[in-house]
Amino acid sequence: MVEKTPLLDFFTYAFLMLGIFIVGFPIIYSLIAATLPLEEVSKVPMPLIPGDQFMVNMKEAWSRGDLGTQIMNSFIMASGITFGKIVVSMIGAFSIVYFDYKFRVVAFASVFCTLMLPVEVRILPTYEMAANVLSPLQAIWDLLHLNGLVSWFSGNDISVTLNWSLLDSYSGLVFPLIASATCTFLFRQFFLTVPEELCEAAKMDGASPMTFFRKILFPLSKTNIAALVVIEFVYGYNQYLWPLLVTTNPKMTTAVIGLQNLIPQADDLPEWNLALGAAVLVMLPPVLVVLFMQRWFVKGLIEKEK
Amino acid sequence: MIKRSFFKSKYLPYLLILPQMLVTLTFFYWPAIQGIIQSFLLSDPFGRQSKFVWFYNYIELFTDPLYLKSIFTTLVFSIAVASVSISLGLFIASMANRALRAKALVRTMLIWPYAVAPAISGIMWLFLLHPSYGVVALAIKKWLGVDWNPVLYGSDAMVMIVMASAWKQVSYNFVFFMAGLQAVPKSLIEAAAIDGASPFKRFWYITFPLLSPTFFFLTVMNIIYSFFETFGIIHTVTQGGPGGSTNILVYKVYQDGFVGLNLGSSSAQSVVLMSLIIVITFLQFKFVEKKVQYGG
Amino acid sequence: MKLRKLSVILIIALGIAFPAAVFAKPITINWWHAQRSARGEVVKNMINEFNASQSDYEVVGTFKGNYDETMNAGVAAFRAKKQPHLLQVFEVGTQTMMLSGAVYPVFKLMKDMGYDVDWSRYLQAVLSYYMNADGNLMSMPFNSSTPIMYYNVDMFKKAGIAPLSKSTPVTWDEMGEITKKLVSGGIAPAGLVTGWQSWTQIENYSAIHNIPFASKANGYEGLDCELMINNPQVVNHITRLKTWADDKRFMYGGQKYQGPKSEFIAQNAAIYIDSISGIAKLKKAVKDFKWDTAPLPVEAGTAKPQNSIIGGASNWVLNGHSKAEYKGVAAFLKFLASNKMQEYWHMETGYFPITIDSYESLKAKGYYAANPFQEVGINQLNRAIPTKISRGLRLGYFVQIRNIINEELELVWNGKKSPQKALNDAVARSNVQLRTFEKTYK
Repeated sequence: MVEKTPLLDFFTYAFLMLGIFIVGFPIIYSLIAATLPLEEVSKVPMPLIPGDQFMVNMKEAWSRGDLGTQIMNSFIMASGITFGKIVVSMIGAFSIVYFDYKFRVVAFASVFCTLMLPVEVRILPTYEMAANVLSPLQAIWDLLHLNGLVSWFSGNDISVTLNWSLLDSYSGLVFPLIASATCTFLFRQFFLTVPEELCEAAKMDGASPMTFFRKILFPLSKTNIAALVVIEFVYGYNQYLWPLLVTTNPKMTTAVIGLQNLIPQADDLPEWNLALGAAVLVMLPPVLVVLFMQRWFVKGLIEKEK
Repeated sequence: MIKRSFFKSKYLPYLLILPQMLVTLTFFYWPAIQGIIQSFLLSDPFGRQSKFVWFYNYIELFTDPLYLKSIFTTLVFSIAVASVSISLGLFIASMANRALRAKALVRTMLIWPYAVAPAISGIMWLFLLHPSYGVVALAIKKWLGVDWNPVLYGSDAMVMIVMASAWKQVSYNFVFFMAGLQAVPKSLIEAAAIDGASPFKRFWYITFPLLSPTFFFLTVMNIIYSFFETFGIIHTVTQGGPGGSTNILVYKVYQDGFVGLNLGSSSAQSVVLMSLIIVITFLQFKFVEKKVQYGG
Repeated sequence: MKLRKLSVILIIALGIAFPAAVFAKPITINWWHAQRSARGEVVKNMINEFNASQSDYEVVGTFKGNYDETMNAGVAAFRAKKQPHLLQVFEVGTQTMMLSGAVYPVFKLMKDMGYDVDWSRYLQAVLSYYMNADGNLMSMPFNSSTPIMYYNVDMFKKAGIAPLSKSTPVTWDEMGEITKKLVSGGIAPAGLVTGWQSWTQIENYSAIHNIPFASKANGYEGLDCELMINNPQVVNHITRLKTWADDKRFMYGGQKYQGPKSEFIAQNAAIYIDSISGIAKLKKAVKDFKWDTAPLPVEAGTAKPQNSIIGGASNWVLNGHSKAEYKGVAAFLKFLASNKMQEYWHMETGYFPITIDSYESLKAKGYYAANPFQEVGINQLNRAIPTKISRGLRLGYFVQIRNIINEELELVWNGKKSPQKALNDAVARSNVQLRTFEKTYK
């Protein structure tokens, strides 16, 4: 502090407390609601003194919402996306930065173009794609009239149908969301800052590219990876539109989508205590990840800007 | 910028880039092309017949007052979300930056809403602002004397989704402003203080201009956030109602395409969104380039 | 095996969409439906009963989300050639399904499989919703309901209003008097709330008074139909509700969350118009007052009110399966239409029994004498032979049209538009949808 400003300092702390309170209010309120029985929670206004029904409500929400399965699904999806994105983009960036080949510029440009386009803007065709990942091949097959050829060749009326559906599967939840350029871009930026001498030295020692990657580049990237793990885990866990469409089987539903079923609808009893209890529970994994990996997370967020 | 030192290998680079290319081609380029083609077609949902209709879907779209209204709604919504969350984020960050003690604790207390899914934020705010149970709704009714009813009034519903969307975004903005504020050279501030500039003046004339790149970046990010990621909030809280007053573009794509099964129109809407975001990205990169020039 | 139509299908199945039981001993029949929680349990019991009753087929029921999600899943599966045998589709999807070319019409299926079904022994107002222009049944009705009126008996007593008749409908003028007494006497905070406003206040209002909802016999006779709901009668009705809204005789309850039903349960409104399928839930939820049911109101001077129309969903048989499997589908549909199943379904859920036989069997058992409110809907549905106008609605993009109507009505309730203007706009906007739909299929 440059000079003494006791009044301003007082307001600083007062506003900070207020800010923290406002930011925290929805969750405090939800937590209180989760401890109350139904009669209390539907009182207007709801009492602000916590009740003793927390475990009862949580148990009920857990079994009614099938939260165990759903949180597991969310966890698998988030981890899959995180792992997939980081692996795919890291080796991709490695290829772009450390090798010189004709295709390089094309590859980088084509990946770069996808930088800001979220899955939401191409949702319908991506869904069709997920319904049959082999549809491009099928289209080519049909275009070339290969059915006729095969039939002629074998002497039977044979039609070939190429079909691989990702709907209602983990691969369907994960793969389309791996398609994102941000991580590749980030790793590329980072690799460019790695001193060239390291690469030169490795070549001098006769190390293979993969050894260089494993022994030097990977250890150097650890902080970046940690930061991306946090960001991508949160991103994956909180996905909404895509899982909503791609899964219809209740056993494959993710937690954030599944919560919908617990929100009291026009027809139901106003069991907000269950809905909010479940909401707090479902948000816990990514919140914990962010809190415990705060340092890397902040670094990662800021880094993404550059 | 480009490395001069390369490894030599015939197949390895192709092998390494292959997964990325495969994923990008299958889940980005192919669907994008399909979407563009589909936007020129009228086809039945079962895919038995489709007809090429030139720009019919686009013409229908831009002559539909509802679509134009949806564009307007989206703009209002995203500007509201961006301004509320950015100003709050900046305010809290500058306060936190002044508080020399407990900085880490304050950050911890403010950072976690980032990790809350938009849909969950929607559920919590739905409860707070629920016309019959919500405690905040009650306060609004009692103290402000407003006939609060988001089921009936579009403006109330809009306030509801703006609150739910901005709340979560405050912590995101806070993190960036904190970083930006810490990067402001102490010497500058001290020099100004010696010259007798008050804390407010110092903030306005020194800190704020230095934060402007962050500011611009956050504006873009918040607008993109409110364009797309808020889908979960709309879907859980208002479903676009009442009277279409919260039907933002991305929700309309979903409604027309997946609920209404009008594939052509939905695809045309996606193409419009795609073009929009390409423009935003372009603008942003132009700006980033400027920043680089400034820095170098 | 006929070599003529041998197809080689390469399926790389990573998903667990189908627990591949194609070659298992009993033939698997897949049924995708949208019934969850309590109704889902009832469906499960019906399936189990069928599976236990014979050993040739095994029906596998899968809950696929709400109605639009289920339809979407069906469409996507059909495109990927992995469609189920039976798909439950809500009534607004009827036109899309009929034109899809993806269905095996139910009347044909039953005939082909050797079942001689006497369709005249079914509730005609239910069947007519799912018949094509030639009067052939395209899909099997499953859950069908119609709107009726629920009222708070205690409040009526307090206001000195006589209980409503279960057979003769009150007039809307009388409704005005009744709600006035209830509200101005301070007995009820609001008079009337309604669920599914497009369905109850426009679609059914039109049918009951034999007013066309759309041209070309409500769309049955051509894709080139146009909406006609901006006629004086409907405009008058909506204007009346708006006037009532201003003095609390009518209250808009929203479409979700703060739904109309909770207003009725919380005694914020004395009268409530909604589907008969709500009976089961009201029975459970209402503890502190007595309620009863009555037919929907009619305009004064309506000599003979028409039947109301149905809502709900039907089961569609999808193309692309073998004859042996279709035999199982037919057997299952036959089983579902049996008296035992229909009675069980009706008693558990409140949805109509679809055959006259099951209705009469219930009647003979004294079920309606014990539960008189259950009969109101059936009588309202059966009180007249359906006309070309009251048999149902057959519109393309009906989902969007309902949305449009809901939106425009909401703009009336919050005072942004006059009823005439809102209904004009609803017609204009819906017609654009209808033209696009027509263009797609022409």
